[in-house]
Amino acid sequence: MASVPHITVVGGGSTGTGIARDLAMRGLDVTLVEKGNLTHGTTGRMHGLLHSGGRYAVSDQKSARECVEENYVLREVATHCVEETGGLFVKRPEDAEEYFEEKLQGCRDCDIPVEVLSGAEAREMEPHLAEDVDRAIWVPDAAIDPFRLCVSNALDAERHGARVETHAEVTDVLVEGGEVTGLEVRHDSGPGKRVHGSPGGTERIETDHVVNATGAWAGRIGDLAGVDIEVRPSKGVMTVMNTRQVDTVVNRCRPKGDADIIVPHETACILGTTDEEVSDPEDYPEEGWEVDLMIDELSELVPMLQEARTIRSFWGVRPLYEPPEVGSEDPTDITRDFFLLDHEERDDLPGMTSIVGGKLTTYRLMAESISDHVCAQFGTTTTCRTADEPLPGSEDFTVLADAMKRFGLRSPVARRSSQRLGSRTESVLSRCDPNPVLCPCEAVSRAEVRDAIDQAGTDLNAVRLRTRASMGNCQGGFCSHRIAGELHPTHDEPTVDDALTELVEERWKGERHALWGEQLSQAALKYTLQATTMNRDADPVDDDVDWGAFDAGERSAADGAVTDGGRRDEGSDGGTTGGD
Amino acid sequence: MVGATRGATEGRPVAIEDDVLVVGGGLAGVTAALAAADTGVRVRLVSHKESTLRQASGVVDALGALDGTLVSDPYEAVERLSDGHPYRTLGADALRSGFDLFDGTVTGYEGSHTDANALVPTHGGTVKPTARYPESVAPGLASDDRPMLLVGFETLPDFDAPRAAAHLERVGVPFAVHGVTLDFPGNLRADAAVTRYADLLDEAVPVDGGRVDARTALVERVKSHLSGAERVGFPALLGHEAHDEVRAELSQRLGADAFEVPMGPPSLPGTRLADQLYAAMDDAGVGIETGNPVVDVTTDGERVTEVTVERTHTAVPYAAEQYVLATGGLVGKGIASNRESVRERVFDCHVPHPADRYDWSVEGAYGDHAFARFGVRIDADGRPLDASEDVEYENLRAAGGVVGGADVAAEKSASGVSLATGFTAGRLAGEEVS
Repeated sequence: MASVPHITVVGGGSTGTGIARDLAMRGLDVTLVEKGNLTHGTTGRMHGLLHSGGRYAVSDQKSARECVEENYVLREVATHCVEETGGLFVKRPEDAEEYFEEKLQGCRDCDIPVEVLSGAEAREMEPHLAEDVDRAIWVPDAAIDPFRLCVSNALDAERHGARVETHAEVTDVLVEGGEVTGLEVRHDSGPGKRVHGSPGGTERIETDHVVNATGAWAGRIGDLAGVDIEVRPSKGVMTVMNTRQVDTVVNRCRPKGDADIIVPHETACILGTTDEEVSDPEDYPEEGWEVDLMIDELSELVPMLQEARTIRSFWGVRPLYEPPEVGSEDPTDITRDFFLLDHEERDDLPGMTSIVGGKLTTYRLMAESISDHVCAQFGTTTTCRTADEPLPGSEDFTVLADAMKRFGLRSPVARRSSQRLGSRTESVLSRCDPNPVLCPCEAVSRAEVRDAIDQAGTDLNAVRLRTRASMGNCQGGFCSHRIAGELHPTHDEPTVDDALTELVEERWKGERHALWGEQLSQAALKYTLQATTMNRDADPVDDDVDWGAFDAGERSAADGAVTDGGRRDEGSDGGTTGGD
Repeated sequence: MVGATRGATEGRPVAIEDDVLVVGGGLAGVTAALAAADTGVRVRLVSHKESTLRQASGVVDALGALDGTLVSDPYEAVERLSDGHPYRTLGADALRSGFDLFDGTVTGYEGSHTDANALVPTHGGTVKPTARYPESVAPGLASDDRPMLLVGFETLPDFDAPRAAAHLERVGVPFAVHGVTLDFPGNLRADAAVTRYADLLDEAVPVDGGRVDARTALVERVKSHLSGAERVGFPALLGHEAHDEVRAELSQRLGADAFEVPMGPPSLPGTRLADQLYAAMDDAGVGIETGNPVVDVTTDGERVTEVTVERTHTAVPYAAEQYVLATGGLVGKGIASNRESVRERVFDCHVPHPADRYDWSVEGAYGDHAFARFGVRIDADGRPLDASEDVEYENLRAAGGVVGGADVAAEKSASGVSLATGFTAGRLAGEEVS
């Protein structure tokens, strides 16, 4: 092939953005298409655990080994996305002693660093653990921000010449002469950044190879290409707490079960999860009992969760896959390993490869493996560099501290901004003076929001994913209109209004699963601020207002002008005068 | 009237006795206290936290929207409300009496010359119907056809003036409007509280290297943007103690009426109103105690006999002939909930609610949420009802947000409900004692 091979990656989750970056770094011409925002599918809907491998150390040692290796790689190359929390597998009196020993041995077999703690030692580390927790295994679990991770990968792919199109849904896989030759894509609002209200359109993308990295949606792309991909999507609930009850990842040490992990994440803790097969990755029930299960079960590990406040819940679908001949009944038995499906070899359809299964922790390894496969097809011999070259934001972590002083940000804001932006801190924050905080819950300033808007257009949910703005306790109650305001006047007012409505509705959807106690009061406050004070709910923008029927003020009334607004009827029964 | 305090029994502090005890210090509690004091009885008001009035925008609404459509005459619209709404239970007269009390108590408010609602520009850029509004807000009314300039500040992201102006235009207001974003004079840091802005104007602090005072500097910055505007709207920060003077000076020197656009919390117009109302309670001889929660109540089944207030870790009994519950709704924390149920926090009065918590709200952020109507149901005398619709306690009345049956945010009726229920509860409690 004379020219540089053009590869089109479908899917803007961790795997897809990881593949796009890897291929672009190896010099290939890459286009990535994603039907929603980056992280729209499963990546944006997980608990943010960077596995140590401990979780799979008994049941799936191959996955466990991959996890621990990648865990240490990502600490280096994605520093600004990772919080090194450490993790505990805690054992309650009723949990089997034998399993605890198996877990310990499994970790050692897989080279996962471990330390055994007594109940007292574990409580010294995490004071809110239940009094009767009797033993624990410390492992190098960590928390990872999947949004930041994907955005950094996409940003770096672009730096290496890739084209990244979000809100671009694949509507057809073009097959000519028994070979995949391209894709038909529908743009929600025209190519480039998403802008509300701008016209969309259809585009045919000619390509030398398609990589299907759509996870739980892989079967749909397969259908369009006429091949069977039997992904078995499995849903899980995640419940977000308003604060960090623990600073270490807490896992329950038992073979398998629902509701067995608490992940500290930024300002919150995330409780997870369930594992239940669903037929449609986009349409499945989200039910209150699942939220209750998280709280009730995990309260056995951390009793204060019983009365603690949750701010929202969300569900994600795992893109589980196993070769059809295995036939596991229970989704918890399906391997967490990933599979590369070469459709030429498998279905006699050259030009497309799918990647299914796997997990966020091993996204880079998956990307490397499929990139190797693609490169081999085109005779590209460049090797993978993603294990060594830091992502944008993680290049130099020492620039942060000084920059904060220079930008005069108050220290909690400074700390949070620098954690999110990593080595980009200086360049991002220097663009705004003055630089007020727009989202106090998550300490997000105007400069960060504007930086995200540059990347994401008018899609405020994409801005949210990049900055965490509106993701804290108030769930957008105090900040959503401020964030939207930053779109104006670059974008016109109706566009800004639509963007704001979309953000408010997205926040509401998840918050509905947390509406009791403090969070119900918080939601009522948000409703009050937005409806009572701002009147967003009865905005007469689409109505004809009879201005003359309303009071124009005492000044106008004295002038005998304008209003015919009903005069007070002094004769009406009981209508007293004066306030004596 | 009750004379002496009750004698102390072993180790128990002497009960503090009054005729009427109001629990809660928001607009409803204050209105109830004033209405009760007006009947000549001894009144005390206890509240846990600083008054929620300070968080409110400072405009006083009655009934401004039904089914998402603006209402011009609140009294006419009362009949269109559903059964169980406090206005229906107490009658439109209670609403009128509440406003009469308000008008007789507070100065610096307008709107009493007509029953019609006024439309006030909001900081989100639309208009909001309200029955009374501060003088500082009055020149901004949307039914006035004078051209308008809106001014926002770089450091104050809550009010984006150009965007608000653009939205007002789209709403079709009967006047020309444009907006501009400026630097506020002085060296305020990016996240300064609105009170800091107000202080600079109040004290006319020298700015710009001591060249001019803050008011002059503001006038200079705004002037070149007037382009024929006859009124100029600012976020509500035009002075605190000296706000009348600040506004008058800005208006005179700009040659256009300066006005305030109501804002979210913390709110200067809300604070000014709270100060006035608390001063009025002082003048009426109401005993006021803030900062202490009611932690327990004693009843004989029929009547409330005593409540216990926690004062610096000491439980102090308070006794009265009549009690008014005005602790607020979900926002004010007078109504509490858990995963299974909703309850009233102090007297554990009955709060009707759907059994399944997923029925407490609906899809759509501004949908018809059941939670918005959570609260106690009252009889025509303002007394909370139990599950069988019998009076909970003969001498207990409820007022304000703790009363359910009204979606005050959607209806733009929060203040009116507080005034109507507060007036009824206070007046009847006082009359029963005297």
